[in-house]
Amino acid sequence: MIRLLALLLAALAVLSLFIGDGTLALPDGLILTQIRLPRTLLGLLVGGGLGLSGAVLQGVLRNPLADPGLLGITGAAGLGAVIAFYWGFAAHFAPALPIGGLLGAGFGAAFLLAFAGRAPSSPSLILAGVAVSAIAAALLALALTLAPNPFALAEITFWLMGGLADRSLWQVALAAVPILFGMVILLRLGPSLDALSLGEDTARSLGVPVHRTLLLAAAGTAFAVGAGAAVAGAIGFIGLVVPHLLRPWFGERPGGLLPAAPMVGAALLLAADMLVRLGPLVLPLSAAPPVGVLTALLGAPFLVAIARRVAP
Amino acid sequence: MIAVSHLSTMLGDRTVLHDVSLAAHAGELVALCGPNGAGKSTLLRALAGLLPETVVPDPRRVAYLAQGARCAWGLTVEQVAGLGRIPHRDQAPGPVTNALLLCGIMGLRDARVDRISGGEARRAMLARTFATEPDVFLLDEPTADLDPAASHAIMRLLRATADAGRLVVVVLHAVDLAVRYAHRMVVLADGRIVADLPAAQALPAAAAAFGLKFGTDPEPRLLPPR
Repeated sequence: MIRLLALLLAALAVLSLFIGDGTLALPDGLILTQIRLPRTLLGLLVGGGLGLSGAVLQGVLRNPLADPGLLGITGAAGLGAVIAFYWGFAAHFAPALPIGGLLGAGFGAAFLLAFAGRAPSSPSLILAGVAVSAIAAALLALALTLAPNPFALAEITFWLMGGLADRSLWQVALAAVPILFGMVILLRLGPSLDALSLGEDTARSLGVPVHRTLLLAAAGTAFAVGAGAAVAGAIGFIGLVVPHLLRPWFGERPGGLLPAAPMVGAALLLAADMLVRLGPLVLPLSAAPPVGVLTALLGAPFLVAIARRVAP
Repeated sequence: MIAVSHLSTMLGDRTVLHDVSLAAHAGELVALCGPNGAGKSTLLRALAGLLPETVVPDPRRVAYLAQGARCAWGLTVEQVAGLGRIPHRDQAPGPVTNALLLCGIMGLRDARVDRISGGEARRAMLARTFATEPDVFLLDEPTADLDPAASHAIMRLLRATADAGRLVVVVLHAVDLAVRYAHRMVVLADGRIVADLPAAQALPAAAAAFGLKFGTDPEPRLLPPR
């Protein structure tokens, strides 16, 4: 099953190199290496980070609605990135952008997991995430109105929509390091997540360090999502959808979902990004819309469907 | 052996345990009895090292079953029992299969634990403690949600486990099961141990703690208050 997924992912990645903005053709070398390769790699990394974070957050919070976007972690990462951008840190020191994203995501994740430790019920947790999102959105809007120049304004707007287009290989490499580091942290949490599915007391009696697990989940999510969000913007719902797609095939054991979750997240985001690139071919669009638009349009109804199913 | 000594603990501003000391030894089936809110579950959690002032013992040696433990996801019965291998960091199938057999749920091994009855799910949780193969079992209401036949089967299993040299401490509401199967009954009331006796002699003390009458006609039993 894992091998099949790996094959599918490889096929999608190769296919993605052949699909341009509204065109279907074999590109010349420059376009391939400067435009389509970074876009494909960024899709793999960001999608993988989102898918794995979603699976870990749902497991650690025992909540099928958990998702880095819904819980405000992506929003907080965006705010951190915009702050880095706004004050011009990023212009002088390129890694400031992903670092800003990491710090923002770290604050968001730490706040949520600290909150979850006190009031672990699903509705209160989601509401706390909504509060984090709202604060991040408000401060983003403030940055928008105070933007020093049209260039910054355009950049912030682009961030809000979430897209993979026009990123350089250098930016991709900058995001890759923290994303892969975060994924390594998260992939090791499997047995702890399994134990936590029986509750915190039982997990502790099984020798699982519960507080350390929450801390690692927060840190891993911040790394896996934060830098990606700083470079690619707010791409929603991948983390929410991936675990639900996996459970019918891999069973419900949270740790059992972890190896496949990054692959399916990457495949979903790549597929969605190819769809938006093909958009101008079939729809009267002048340019391909950002991929975040499509994941939100498809993901939001999915959220409603899950919410109906888990409602008591 | 497992023990707490001179333990007092608060839940909010309520003192749940007052200076409680208890030691239990291998080969014993100890029943903790007493009315609701007497501190039975808190005492068991203290033995399991789950209170802030206590330390979790070696998880390979001591297994704990929480009151009303539920599984957040639809794991299969076999996967739930398999979680008992986490302290050993292995997936040994032998102990898991054995635990399912002991708890009488081998036929349900592939069923999802959220799609079987409450009593069957309870036995899956109990099987998880047996899969650990511990020396000490700390079980909070292992017979909750079980029908009478299954309750007796589980109590017989626990007695046999104790007789085979393990230590089993159970919180039990069903005093009749405690009298029948336990070696020793510890009666709690208002956060204090009020009796610690061989189970067969503990009925009058339990009756007093519950505020019930104690009848000896035709055999010792608890009766409703007058």
